[in-house]
Amino acid sequence: MRAFQILIDGFAISALYALGATGFTLIFGVSGVLNLSHGAIMVAAAVAAWAAASILNVGTYAGALIGVGVALLTAFTTYFAVVKPIQDSRRIPNEEKEIFVLTGTLLWGIMIQELIAYFFTNNAKTVLPIVDGVVEILGVRTPRNEIFTAIVCCLVIALLWLLVNRTRTGKAVLAASMNPRGVTLLGLELTNIYIVVWAIYGILAGIAGVLLGMFLGVSSYSVGPLTASAFSIVVLGGLGSVSGSLIAAFVVGYLETLTAYLLSPAYRTIPALLLLVFVMYIRPQGLLGRR
Amino acid sequence: MSSFFTSRLFFISLALVIIAATLPLYVSGYVLGLLTVAFYFGVFAMAWDLLFGFAGEVNFGPTFLIGVGAYAAGILNAQFGWSVYLCIVLGALASVVAGLVLALPALRVRGPYFGLTTLVAVLMLQNFIVVFADLTGGEIGLTIPDVISINAGTNYWIALGFMTISAAILYGLSQSPVGLVLQASGQDPVQAGALGFNIVKHKLAAFIVSAFFSGLSGALLVFYFGTASVGTVVDVAVGVNVIVSAVLGGRRTVLGAALGAIFLIVAGEFLRPTGELATFIVSAVALLVVLFFPGGFLGAALSREARS
Repeated sequence: MRAFQILIDGFAISALYALGATGFTLIFGVSGVLNLSHGAIMVAAAVAAWAAASILNVGTYAGALIGVGVALLTAFTTYFAVVKPIQDSRRIPNEEKEIFVLTGTLLWGIMIQELIAYFFTNNAKTVLPIVDGVVEILGVRTPRNEIFTAIVCCLVIALLWLLVNRTRTGKAVLAASMNPRGVTLLGLELTNIYIVVWAIYGILAGIAGVLLGMFLGVSSYSVGPLTASAFSIVVLGGLGSVSGSLIAAFVVGYLETLTAYLLSPAYRTIPALLLLVFVMYIRPQGLLGRR
Repeated sequence: MSSFFTSRLFFISLALVIIAATLPLYVSGYVLGLLTVAFYFGVFAMAWDLLFGFAGEVNFGPTFLIGVGAYAAGILNAQFGWSVYLCIVLGALASVVAGLVLALPALRVRGPYFGLTTLVAVLMLQNFIVVFADLTGGEIGLTIPDVISINAGTNYWIALGFMTISAAILYGLSQSPVGLVLQASGQDPVQAGALGFNIVKHKLAAFIVSAFFSGLSGALLVFYFGTASVGTVVDVAVGVNVIVSAVLGGRRTVLGAALGAIFLIVAGEFLRPTGELATFIVSAVALLVVLFFPGGFLGAALSREARS
């Protein structure tokens, strides 16, 4: 029964990690950008959903939508106000652009975090769940919200897979990740592809943020740990590899759940970090990474 | 190198240090205390810039090195009662050892992978400090029985002297042949390697020097504060401050990193009346510098000098 509980809890948290990391890895895969404001965008989505539902009383569905909308807007702002100016800058040498994008998005993430703390305090906020109540599966009492979270995460990832592999836009995105120069030779505007990718990213981060807000709750303190966990999952899976980060998300999610149940919640993150160092040592490019 | 002693930069630095040295004669203890912390942060930032600016590696874990030095010194003093100066030396050595342990796997990988490995080191250190709370004081922090001095002026002079000496050594190193090899390997590792330089060995050396100064500065800071806590010497947020200082002041300038750190700490204090928005404003200013003056303060000043 306990094993079954670990199985269910682990699945829900892993699915959420997977969704949270997918957008992050997509942007890296396509444009080589590591967006360190990732955690801030997720928290912004959750706090917006919380504020809309709890302060403005718009209802849980509209609240969730507003949360995703805020994430989308923030993602666009990140791209147009921070990432693109750095990429287009003539004063920054090309080989240093990566480092400037890291620093720029890091600062931008701190700005968002501080604004959230200023307007909504540092207190943890739990977004009102869309479904509530508890169901009993094989003797394990599980919140419906947890099952809902897992299902939505899987659905969204499946939809993303269809979008990337089965649509024209998706194929352009895929092509841009393989050969940006080739794509421009085909007459496609790279900037347009990046805008599409950032839009997809914003929606993914928004959904992940809102679900996280419903499932575990967030505060402005979650920003750093969320970015760090997305970063670790993505590197463990192999930078730019979406399937790699899915596997990594489940490895990390289950490892954390197992540690929390079998040892102590205080040690929760340590085994996953050790594993990460170990993988870096024997396979620096990550599980499914290209070098 | 010899041209440095006749350059404008040298005279400006010298003048700044002389002015700074006279401050305790006419400035309040509060200002001195603020600057003391700023000077230790200046060393953190310079040590970080040696690794980043010259070897081109983004070390997200400056607080791993700082934290190991600070906690090693603090624990030896608080739990075993060893003397302050012995603890400071051992703290710096502990940081060098930790730096070696971290560098061996981390230097095998580049770019974002290196960044992540160093970030993970910080997260692990944080976790261990919390788990071994009996030894480390856990989340509450470790209270250190001894301090270097309780006199604000003495503490200030020690910090200023330490920063000046560190700056001289680190700057000298960055302009030396070793620094040039590091710079070359940062810009084009393949070519630098093809010229016959052992890049990994140079980077390892840079890492160790960086670790030594970070650890020493961390240990000194602990004996200034009289306490060691995750929030002051290990937290990722402290590391972000170090990184922002170096980029703000001008990467690859070493001296600029110290200027950036002092600016960041003093600006944060000036903005304290704005309450919780202080960090927001400092980050926004830093982002504007990153976007519009990517060379940083010193980079902008030097390029103007070069043009005129």
